[in-house]
Amino acid sequence: MSSALALTWFARHELRLAWREWLAMMTGGRRGRKRAAAIGLVAFAAFLHIPAWAVIGRFADLQLPLDKSPLIVITATILLAWALMLSQAIESVTRVFYARADLDLIMSSPVRLANVFSIRIAAIALSIIAMALLFSTPFVDVLVIGGGVRWLAAFGVVIAMGLSAAAIAIAATIVLFRLIGPARTRLVAQILAAIIGAGFVIALQVAAILSYGTLSRFAVLTSDAATAIAPGMDSMFWWPARAALGDGEALLLLLSFGLVLLGAVMAIFSPRFADTAVSVAAQAGSSRQGTRAKAFRGGSRQQALRRKEFLLLRRDPWLISQTLMQLLYLVPPALFLWRSFSDSSTAIVLITPVIVMAAGQLAGGLAWLTISGEDSADLVATAPLPPARVIRAKIEVVLITIGIIFAPLVLALGFASAPQAAITAIGVIISAAAATSIQLWFRVQAKRSQFRRRQTSSRLATFAEAFSSIGWAATAAIALAVPLAAIISGMMTAGLLAATWKLSPRRE
Amino acid sequence: MKSEQSALHVRGLTKRFDRLAVDGLDLTVRAGEFYALVGPNGAGKTTTLRMVAGLLKPDAGSVAILGVDALINPVAAKQMMAWISDEPMIYDKLTPLEYLEFVAGLWGIDPAVSQRSAQDLLVSLGLEPHLHERCEGFSKGMRQKVALAGALVHDPRLIILDEPLTGLDAVSARHVKGLLGNRVREGCTVIMTTHILEVAERMADRIGVIAAGRLVAEGTLAELRQQNGHTDTSLEDLFIALVDVEAAAA
Repeated sequence: MSSALALTWFARHELRLAWREWLAMMTGGRRGRKRAAAIGLVAFAAFLHIPAWAVIGRFADLQLPLDKSPLIVITATILLAWALMLSQAIESVTRVFYARADLDLIMSSPVRLANVFSIRIAAIALSIIAMALLFSTPFVDVLVIGGGVRWLAAFGVVIAMGLSAAAIAIAATIVLFRLIGPARTRLVAQILAAIIGAGFVIALQVAAILSYGTLSRFAVLTSDAATAIAPGMDSMFWWPARAALGDGEALLLLLSFGLVLLGAVMAIFSPRFADTAVSVAAQAGSSRQGTRAKAFRGGSRQQALRRKEFLLLRRDPWLISQTLMQLLYLVPPALFLWRSFSDSSTAIVLITPVIVMAAGQLAGGLAWLTISGEDSADLVATAPLPPARVIRAKIEVVLITIGIIFAPLVLALGFASAPQAAITAIGVIISAAAATSIQLWFRVQAKRSQFRRRQTSSRLATFAEAFSSIGWAATAAIALAVPLAAIISGMMTAGLLAATWKLSPRRE
Repeated sequence: MKSEQSALHVRGLTKRFDRLAVDGLDLTVRAGEFYALVGPNGAGKTTTLRMVAGLLKPDAGSVAILGVDALINPVAAKQMMAWISDEPMIYDKLTPLEYLEFVAGLWGIDPAVSQRSAQDLLVSLGLEPHLHERCEGFSKGMRQKVALAGALVHDPRLIILDEPLTGLDAVSARHVKGLLGNRVREGCTVIMTTHILEVAERMADRIGVIAAGRLVAEGTLAELRQQNGHTDTSLEDLFIALVDVEAAAA
């Protein structure tokens, strides 16, 4: 096989792997669900046009030349999308290093590793671009329908962003490897991937709260201060926005920049990809936990289970990143609370639904880890204690963790408004209990390392968990304003939970 | 034989998945015996033992562990036994000592006793240099040893092992065999499935041959030879002859 032919063949192999990974994610790994997944995807894409219209429809008439203020808003929106792509790219790169089982095979084969890894880098970029195109299509469609075909240039911007995000993710991951070693890189990369996208929005919200006392991130973007510090109109900082608005020259420059950046990363880092992969394999997990033996602790069997769960949660990098993300979402409301405390603003009401929703989402993740993500299921199942007590111990772990995280926030709220704190506390308890129940009804036997794909085991459980958290958040918010209406909202959410229970797999 | 006198007493055990996996199996293992269960792939060995260990619910039949009905009183039955699968799943983020502390806690063992026992077990299995390392970097053999130590730390009276020697090097396999042999000499009962017929031949007091979910032959090696009219043949030849007969009958 000639070198070029071998590379084409490997490219096909990489694309096939990426396609099947994506398909498995969409179908939950079950065969025969491709058609249902395709129909679901098309329906979802069609549905996405509605929120896309609501969010972006009013900007369809925008045309160059523009003032700085709208350019800042468009640039910030593109930057947010880019941050999300970067987050996905970092996640993809760490997966290639740590999770692909084919590195031994590739590295023991008689191919030039630099070429092979160049293709792998290109495949990462391609999969990121494909995903970004998929999610951006409804938004671009809305702009094209409302403002004309010139908005098709936005697709080019998405491609350029994907190229640069992949390039930076690869470079950053490999540099991290060199600086802090494989074990820490994995943790740092996972945490970065989780918080990078959210971090951008939250930073804007924090700035808005501190400067203008509002949760709206547009307050900062459209402010005079932002306009004053923004670069001049001829700056390359505006290329993405200008390209999205149909400026062909800016688009060409942006695409060229993305391609050159990715090409440079391929040239510089492809030969090091192999070394990095080797060092990952060589140093895989030899982390020591001190050298002195700690005395075994006594207590009940449930205590042993709870201790084990807390220890595993503490040592789970994924959970740390997920928790950080949930806590990060709580930073703006916490700041808002702090500001409103002195202003006695009525807008403080907005904090309750955010806290209740975050509690539900975090409880769902924790419940999956403790209930479904039991790595030693056989051991626990053959232990001499009834299954109900095992489940109870695991649920206690979830609720204690939620309590530890949210109690300080509710207490702080109590100083500002005792009734609101009480309603928030009740909302947190109900939302966490509902999410935990859903995970219990849909429990599966899985490994903790599958946490990232927990959504694919049951789409119904995923949606039910999300809608339950939203429902209880809305109920808590309504309870503060119109208590009677909250009864209706609460009953609707309880009805949703009842329907979810009815549809859940039968348990013995 | 009465169930009170046996470590394991199984009657009419049946389990069906897409096909009949275990077909009205009767099996009795005496207390203090080393019993090897052999059979071709898909014969129903693992399914049988998973039902005995309480990991699968049988469609029909009864299981008694040292006189305790395991289907009516599973907690009491589990207190006396240990199970190790061929793919032992241990916690990547725990050290071997932490894993054994957890297992001892689940079985309600006094920490002072279990700590000493855990340390001794891990040392005897050659894991002393790794006592404080998380298991995430361990080889399959090391994980197998940690799981085995976990099974022994609560001093079970019945140990059920599914292919325990898979993935172990020769030295480790000898360690494990020695450890199990010692337990049997101390009065513990060991039931083990294995594809390595030489191990069954050398270690087991009695051997059960299972095919198509039924016990087709059982006894000491000498008894098996006698039953099948071969006076001087290996277990491997006997096994192949028995399985071929069963396949032809099916």
